[in-house]
Amino acid sequence: MELQTLTYLVVGASFALYIGIAIWARAGSTRDFYVAGSGVHPVANGMATAADWMSAASFISMAGMIAFMGYGGSVFLMGWTGGFVILALLLAPYLRKYGKFTVPEFIGDRYYSRGARVVAVLCLIICSVTYVIGQMKGIGVAFSRFLEVDYSTGLLVGMCIVFFYAVLGGMKGITYTQIAQYCVLIFAYTIPAIFISLNLTNNPIPQLGLGSTLAGSDTLLLDKLDQVVTELGFREYTTDVRLSGLNMFAFTLSLMIGTAGLPHVIIRFFTVPRVRDARSSAGWALLFIAILYTTAPAVAGMARLNFMQTLEPSPGEHMVYEQRPQWFKNWEVTGLLGFEDKNEDGRVQYSADPEVNEMVTVDNDIMVLANPEIARLPNWVIALVAAGGLAAALSTAAGLLLAIASSISHDLLKGMIAPGITEKQELLASRVAMAVAIAGAGYLGFNPPGFAAGTVALAFGLAASSIFPALMMGIFSPRISREGAIAGMLAGIGVTLLYVFQHQGIMFIASTSFLGEMQPNWFFGIEPNAFGAVGAVINFSVAFAVSRITAPPPARVRELVEHIRVPVGAAAAHDH
Amino acid sequence: MPQMSPERAREYWRRNLSLMLKLLIVWFVVSFGCGIILVDELNQIRLGGYKLGFWFAQQGSIYVFVLLIFYYTRRMAALDREFGVEED
Repeated sequence: MELQTLTYLVVGASFALYIGIAIWARAGSTRDFYVAGSGVHPVANGMATAADWMSAASFISMAGMIAFMGYGGSVFLMGWTGGFVILALLLAPYLRKYGKFTVPEFIGDRYYSRGARVVAVLCLIICSVTYVIGQMKGIGVAFSRFLEVDYSTGLLVGMCIVFFYAVLGGMKGITYTQIAQYCVLIFAYTIPAIFISLNLTNNPIPQLGLGSTLAGSDTLLLDKLDQVVTELGFREYTTDVRLSGLNMFAFTLSLMIGTAGLPHVIIRFFTVPRVRDARSSAGWALLFIAILYTTAPAVAGMARLNFMQTLEPSPGEHMVYEQRPQWFKNWEVTGLLGFEDKNEDGRVQYSADPEVNEMVTVDNDIMVLANPEIARLPNWVIALVAAGGLAAALSTAAGLLLAIASSISHDLLKGMIAPGITEKQELLASRVAMAVAIAGAGYLGFNPPGFAAGTVALAFGLAASSIFPALMMGIFSPRISREGAIAGMLAGIGVTLLYVFQHQGIMFIASTSFLGEMQPNWFFGIEPNAFGAVGAVINFSVAFAVSRITAPPPARVRELVEHIRVPVGAAAAHDH
Repeated sequence: MPQMSPERAREYWRRNLSLMLKLLIVWFVVSFGCGIILVDELNQIRLGGYKLGFWFAQQGSIYVFVLLIFYYTRRMAALDREFGVEED
């Protein structure tokens, strides 16, 4: 069957499934809407969390980034998985025990202050909106590439689908659709990886294939890769440090604590019945995530090798441009691959030296999507990858929008402006807020101010520097006062935003460069995307310092902290 | 709801923190330690076709993370039972 028809079929069928589930599981009460009635099984919740968590960045971009960064790309692998250890050990069980609907609600109660709650809502909205714009962009790109419609049409279709099932189903609908989306995306990711690993190494398990010898030879795949890239003047794949060891340390830490601080992940742990389930569902989530995250480095290494060998089958023998493969032509059309024949010999010279290099554009993001085509896999696999990419972007966008909507309707409206509203009115407000959020994120997706690339890492930096420290101190340090927490959050997020904007332009308009322009002035050589770790240190320090000179929290807050440390009695605390 | 005396509650929290601290040390050692700080030294050692430091950074640390959380879940469930604070 034609690739186009097949793609429509596979993507259409997967969407029919999601919408069907959303209608089946629609929310009847605020409990259903915010926390899916708190009755989700930990394994199911783990799977939904994994889908919620793995965004277009994980599915589409990550392997591409690792492919071109080599060892330096490990920051994403360790950062985006290691955060779940912190989440499971330090936050999830205690927040579940506390048993409210939103993250700002906990911060407001723990710091006995409406001001703290407002600041938390602000931080949450800044992080989530930053993140959701990146997802909207991903949805637009994926739709336009595979349905062959223009970018705006693709984005519009995506917005309608997200709107329909997130607004209708709330957390309950999202949880069950995300389980379906997890299945789609994990199949879509692992099947091409298995084929490619078989092709290159005869080993069907990509995680082992990456460490094996190439089919029909004694050369190890990674040794071959190191050799091929260094011959062209690139740094060795397996040891290519990202800027410096210190920068990698900061970047990994920033992604880890950002993971633990991102509100759409945290609220997932409010949906399980017991504290014990909150602990284990973090484990299940990470297990499901690890399936993709341990496959990604194999996809990355193998894609890089395939790509290099297509361009230069043997040393010194360059590909003739006129004989380029079909996938090369397809991606040239999108502008994500660009060739310029500098020496006019009709052959493609690919090199690390910009003077000689004729592959003037090689976008990281094409690697996962083009991989099945590069490896000449059957059309149904390519169609499946399209459906998987869309599932990843849609599930994360929906989770983020729910986090935004619930903090607006529950924290701002019900909690502060109009406490007297009924449950029905609160639900309506939440749905309106979500519709507005989708329209807003869609608008920014239509008019990307050139900052899609950096937004995902920035969202983590912002969460790391604002929400994570406030939650952690709230649980582990009863002495932190409301003044300390507010000052800490503002200082952390403020410094991080300032550092990023200073180096990459306000709202990134001045420069779209991923690395930024002012490397010599970087603080200890730490890149802006890695700065959340420093922001977090500032948050902790300011909060402790201010708490020392202000009045200690009242006795009832000490009791609250004691109360959340013991699992028993979570159900009682949950009733509103 | 069973009530714990303040001493028992403190003891429960102390045991919880000590387990947490041990696991966080492992978490730090496999990721930041083996994957970043000691990567060059470990790369001298081979694990199959992988350089060991590179393997920790791109595979090993993730496997250890998964095991850590499940181990923590089991140990905490046992601790909850010992102190009579487990949920039904």
